[in-house]
Amino acid sequence: MKNRLKVLRAERDWTQADLANHLDVSRQTINAIEKGKFDPSLPLAFRAARLFGMAIEEIFEAD
Amino acid sequence: MNNESTTGGSFKANVKRHTIRLAYWTLAWLVSMALATFGPKYLWQEAGTITLIAIGLNLLIGLGMIVANKNHLQSLDELHQKIHLEAMGITLGVGLVVGLAYSNLDVSDVIAADAEISHIVILMGLTYLASVFIGTRKYQ
Repeated sequence: MKNRLKVLRAERDWTQADLANHLDVSRQTINAIEKGKFDPSLPLAFRAARLFGMAIEEIFEAD
Repeated sequence: MNNESTTGGSFKANVKRHTIRLAYWTLAWLVSMALATFGPKYLWQEAGTITLIAIGLNLLIGLGMIVANKNHLQSLDELHQKIHLEAMGITLGVGLVVGLAYSNLDVSDVIAADAEISHIVILMGLTYLASVFIGTRKYQ
């Protein structure tokens, strides 16, 4: 699954650790999601969408 | 998914708290296991009642360790839960398959020594460790 987490994070000048803190996950999880190695659960995707004030499909996109 | 409510930077603190708690329970279980194993011979000269109490205590602390492990797993985020789930699946499979094959080797006298359960415990421990390490690398 593709996602725009890295771009959205960069726009806010956040590190992976910053985003991880906002989403209550580890930095490794953010890294794995950004690299497309791990697909987040629906609740985590919703948390990300809520954090960035966007719809899920604006952040995550199926391959 | 986190089953306990965490906000902001408290996620790390929550994982750390549960990891430390698990370490304490594991240490206590280890000590109680050593007591139940070596106590009858070296501490209370094979007194049956004390041995029963030591084994009962070991079981009770073991239950506490299991609950602490479950809580520790629930404190992890979804990626790490997945890594541990995969590691547990591999470990269970290796323990079952190799354990029974090892037992067969003993029963059919292919190996000279008796099959020891401690060998399987060591194998399972090493398998779990290697699986978590490989799983962590896989998602880096």
